[in-house]
Amino acid sequence: MTGDRAAGRVLRRGALPDVTYDVCVVGAGVVGSAIARELARHPGPRIAVVDAADDVGEGTSKANTAILHTGFDAVPGSLEARLVREGQRLLAAYAAESGIPVEPVGALLVAWDDEQLAALPGLLEKAVRNGYDAARLIGPDEVRAREPHLGPGALGALDVPGESIICPWTTTLAYATQAVRSGVDLLLGCRVERIDAAEGLHVLRTGRGVVRARYLVNAAGLHADTVDRMLGRDDFGVTPRRGQLLVFDKLARGLVRHILLPVPTALGKGVLVAPTVYGNVLLGPTAEDLDDKTATGSTEEGIAGLREKGRRILPALLDEEVTAVYAGLRAATEHEDYRISAHKEQRCVTVGGIRSTGLTASLALAEHVAGLLGDVGLDLKDAGEPDPVRMPAIGEAFPRPYQRADLIAADPAYGAVVCHCERVTRGEIRDALASTVPPVSLDGLRRRTRARGGRCQGFFCGAEVRALLEGGEGPVSR
Amino acid sequence: MSVERFVDVLVVGAGPAGLATAAGLAAAGVGEVEVVERDQEAGGAPRHCPNRGFGRFGTTGPQYAERCVTAAVNAGAVLRTGVSVTGWASPLTLDATSPRGLERITARAVVLATGARERPRAARLVAGTRPAGVFTTGELQRSFHRHGQHIGTRAVVVGAEPVSFAALDTLRQAGVEVAALVTGHPRHQAPRARAADARLRHGVPLLTDATVTELLGRGRLSGVLLRHRDGRTARLACDTVVFTGEFVPDHELARRGGLTMDPGTRGPAVDSAFRTAHRGVFAVGNVLHAVEPARTAAHEGSLASAAVLRHLLDGDWPPAAVPVRVTPPLAWAAPNRLTVDEPDDGFTLRVTEFVPSPRLTVTQDGRELFRARRRRPAVPNRPFRVPGQWTGRVDPRGGAVLIALSAGRG
Ligand SMILES: Cc1cc2nc3c(=O)[nH]c(=O)nc-3n(C[C@H](O)[C@H](O)[C@H](O)COP(=O)(O)OP(=O)(O)OC[C@H]3O[C@@H](n4cnc5c(N)ncnc54)[C@H](O)[C@@H]3O)c2cc1C
Ligand SMILES: Cc1cc2nc3c(=O)[nH]c(=O)nc-3n(C[C@H](O)[C@H](O)[C@H](O)COP(=O)(O)OP(=O)(O)OC[C@H]3O[C@@H](n4cnc5c(N)ncnc54)[C@H](O)[C@@H]3O)c2cc1C
Repeated sequence: MTGDRAAGRVLRRGALPDVTYDVCVVGAGVVGSAIARELARHPGPRIAVVDAADDVGEGTSKANTAILHTGFDAVPGSLEARLVREGQRLLAAYAAESGIPVEPVGALLVAWDDEQLAALPGLLEKAVRNGYDAARLIGPDEVRAREPHLGPGALGALDVPGESIICPWTTTLAYATQAVRSGVDLLLGCRVERIDAAEGLHVLRTGRGVVRARYLVNAAGLHADTVDRMLGRDDFGVTPRRGQLLVFDKLARGLVRHILLPVPTALGKGVLVAPTVYGNVLLGPTAEDLDDKTATGSTEEGIAGLREKGRRILPALLDEEVTAVYAGLRAATEHEDYRISAHKEQRCVTVGGIRSTGLTASLALAEHVAGLLGDVGLDLKDAGEPDPVRMPAIGEAFPRPYQRADLIAADPAYGAVVCHCERVTRGEIRDALASTVPPVSLDGLRRRTRARGGRCQGFFCGAEVRALLEGGEGPVSR
Repeated sequence: MSVERFVDVLVVGAGPAGLATAAGLAAAGVGEVEVVERDQEAGGAPRHCPNRGFGRFGTTGPQYAERCVTAAVNAGAVLRTGVSVTGWASPLTLDATSPRGLERITARAVVLATGARERPRAARLVAGTRPAGVFTTGELQRSFHRHGQHIGTRAVVVGAEPVSFAALDTLRQAGVEVAALVTGHPRHQAPRARAADARLRHGVPLLTDATVTELLGRGRLSGVLLRHRDGRTARLACDTVVFTGEFVPDHELARRGGLTMDPGTRGPAVDSAFRTAHRGVFAVGNVLHAVEPARTAAHEGSLASAAVLRHLLDGDWPPAAVPVRVTPPLAWAAPNRLTVDEPDDGFTLRVTEFVPSPRLTVTQDGRELFRARRRRPAVPNRPFRVPGQWTGRVDPRGGAVLIALSAGRG
C-alpha cells in the first residue's frame, strides 16, 4: 500500500521543511523508529521523526546486550511482560523476513552458589506465570556437557531455549528505512529544546528551527522525562543506569554456545556472557546508577570488575583480545514498569521508562502506541503492510557477501575485501553509503557494515574506510 | 562455487618474510610458488613506513618493499594481490576471496607469513569515551602518507619504542604538534640518537613510568588521563592519540587451522625449520614474533625456503619437538620448539622489563645446557638474541628446555 506514496526525506542539516505534520515522534531510537514505521502503515497521516543525533539509534539503542528476550523473568501481569512477550514473537518474524541477523541460541541461567541454585525453581515458576512453558531445570553434568568451557563450580542451571541474540543496529535501521520509504520525514541533528502549544498544534523548537505537528509521541529514551516537562508534565524521572560491556574477538566465539545469564538474587545481579550475531562474545553489563545522562564512557573499575566476574564464568575468555569496550544507559525510573501514558487534551503519548527490554518489545510497543494515538483522536485507518525491506547480511549465521560466488560474479565489488578482520567488502560499504538512511560517521558505517569493528580497529583498513566514507578519492602520492 | 586450484607452495602474505620465502623456492626451481596478498599492493608493512631504517644505507620502507617484490617476481614466483585467504577447507587447502570470485587452493606446502599488527586502544583496555582521533601507527601512516587525510592538531603518543618514533615523524610531517611520548617503562626503548633527536631537536617530552588510563571527549578526543607509577594523575589536552607498538601476531589463520600456538608469542609454535604442528604447514616472519625488523623477517624467509624445499623433496616431518619455555622477565622465545639435529639460527627473546648486565641460562630437566653474560642491558620491545650452539645437547626425550634471564651485578 505504501508503494504509491512518495518516500520521506532524511534531512541532517539546513532548514526544516515547512510542513505541518500530523504526528511528530521525538526520538529515533529503536522505539521511536518502530513507532514511525507502524504509523506509516496508514495512508493518512504525515509523519516526522526528530532526533538530536545525526543518525538513528545513536542513544541507548546502539549500546545494549542485543538479546531478544522471551520475557520469562518479567514481572507477571505488567505491561512490560505483555509487550516483551508479544514483541519477541513479532520481532522474530520480522527479522526473518527482513534479513536482520538473529540466532536462537537459547540461554542458561547458571547457578554458582547455593543461594542462586535455590532461586532457580522460583524463576521457573515465574516463567510459567509469564506464559513461557519451555524452561526447565538442568543439573551440573548437563550444564558442563552443554558448555564445556565453563569455569569450575556450576551447580545447575535454568535452561531457557527461547532466548535469542539479535543485531540491534540492523533492527533500528530496518524500521527507520521502512518508515522513510513509506513517507516519514527523518529530521536528524534536531534537538527539541522547547514545546509550545498553538491552535491545536505542538510547536517544537529545535536547534534547526521549528517543527509543527498535531500529535506528539515522546520516545526520547533517557530524556523522556525532560521532553515530558516541556509539555508541562512531571510523572516520572529518568535515572541513567550505566551498563559497561566488553566485546571479545571472534576467535572467542567457540568458547560459548548459549547466552549465559546470571541468576538474580538479593545480593544483586551478576553479569552475562553471550555470543553476538557477528561472532563475538560479550561480557557485561555493569549496573551503576548515575546522574549524568551523557556518561557513556567506560571506567577502569568497571572493566576490571567485569573481567573478574568473567574469569569465573568462562576463564579462557580472558585470554582473548578485547575488540571494543562500550557502555549504554538504561532509562530507569522510580517505577517498576514501563511508563506509557496517553493524554487526550494534549494529543500526545509518552513512552517512558523503556529500561532494559525496549529492543525486544519495540514492535509490540509500536502497536500499543498506535492504539493509544487512535484513542486520543488520531485518525488511523486502512492499515496496510509496508513494502518489505531486505537488510545487509552482517551476521555470521548466514553467508556474508565475501562468501558468495554468485554475488561476486554479478558484482566483483563484493569480492574486494576492505576490512580484513570483519571481511567487509567495498560493495557493502558502497551500498551502505547509498542506502535510504546512509551513515555520516565511521561509527555509523561500522554499525551498518561492521567495517573497522574487528580486532585491528583500523590498523589495516581504517584509512581506506575513512577515504570511502569521505568521498572516495584514491591514494595520494607523496 | 569455488574454483579449485593446485600449486606446489602457497604463501599467505606478501610481506618481506613471505616474499623472501617465495623468492628462495622459485629460485631453487620449485614449479608453482604462489604468493597471495589481501592488499592491493604487495610488500607488507614496510610499504606504509616512509622512514629510513629498512635494509642498509638508509633504505625507506617503500623502497625496501619494492625490492622484496622484485626479487620474488624475478625468481619466478606468482604474486597475486587483492586476494584474501579466509579459512581452511582441509589441512593443506585454503579458501580465498577476490573480485574474481572464490577459490579453493590446495598446496603441497603452505607458508603462513601473515605478519603482525599493533594492539589498538580497545585491546589495551583503556577506559573512557569513544571519540574520533584515536590511531595506531599503522592507521596513522596509511591515513597520512597514503590517503593524505587530516590527522589532528595536538597528539599524545603512547609508547617509546622504535615504532613510536616513526609515529612521531609522521605526526610532524602531518603538522601535528606532539604533546608527549608516554611509556610505562622507566626509559625509552629506542636507539639513543633517535630519542635524543626527539627530545632536543623537536622538544617532545618523554613521560616515563606513566600510563594512559582514560580517553576524554565526545565526538573528538579532548585529552587523555595519565597515571604515574607513584599514583599521581594528570590530564593532557590533545585531539589525537596514537597507540604505538605492543605488536601481536596476526594469527587468525593459524588459529582457525587449529595449529598449536605458543602462549608467549601468541603466534604458531614452530621449530627452527619453521615447521608448525601440522605436516606441510610452515610459518615465518612476524606472525612468529611481533615484531622484528624487516631484514630479520626477510632473512627468515630465505631460511624457511630451504626448509620448505627439503620437505618437498623428502616429505619428512619429524614428530613433536621439545618445547622451549621462558621464565619472567622473559616474555617469549622464537622459535619455541626444538627438533634435534636441526641446524638453527639461534633464538629471539623478549623481556618485559629492562634487565641490566643480563645473565642467561638454558636448562633442560635441571641440566645446564648453556650459560652466558652480556654487558648491554636487555631492553623491552627490542630483540635479544641467544645463539643456538647448545641445541645439540638437548635430550629429544627430555622435558621442556627452559631459558631464564636475570640481572647481573654490573
Ligand atoms: C546495558 C544495556 C543492556 C540492554 N540489553 C537489552 C537487551 O538485551 N534486549 C533488549 O530488548 N533491550 C535491552 N536494553 C534496553 C534497550 O536498549 C532500550 O530499552 C532501548 O534501546 C530503548 O530505546 P529508545 O528508543 O526508547 O531509547 P534511545 O535509543 O535512547 O532513543 C532515544 C532517542 O531520543 C533522542 N532524544 C532524546 N532527547 C531528545 C530531544 N530533546 N530532542 C530530540 N531527540 C531527543 C536521543 O537522541 C535518542 O536517539 C539494554 C539497555 C542497556 C543500557
Ligand atoms: C608501523 C610499523 C613501522 C615499522 N618500522 C620498521 C622500521 O623502521 N624498520 C624495520 O626494519 N622494520 C620496521 N617495521 C617492521 C617490519 O615492517 C616488519 O618486520 C616486516 O614487515 C615483517 O614482515 P612480514 O612479512 O613478517 O609481515 P608483514 O610485512 O606484516 O606482511 C604480512 C602480509 O600478509 C598479508 N596477509 C595477512 N593475512 C592475510 C590473509 N589472510 N590473506 C592474504 N594476505 C594476508 C598482509 O596484508 C601483509 O601484507 C615496522 C612495522 C610497522 C607495523
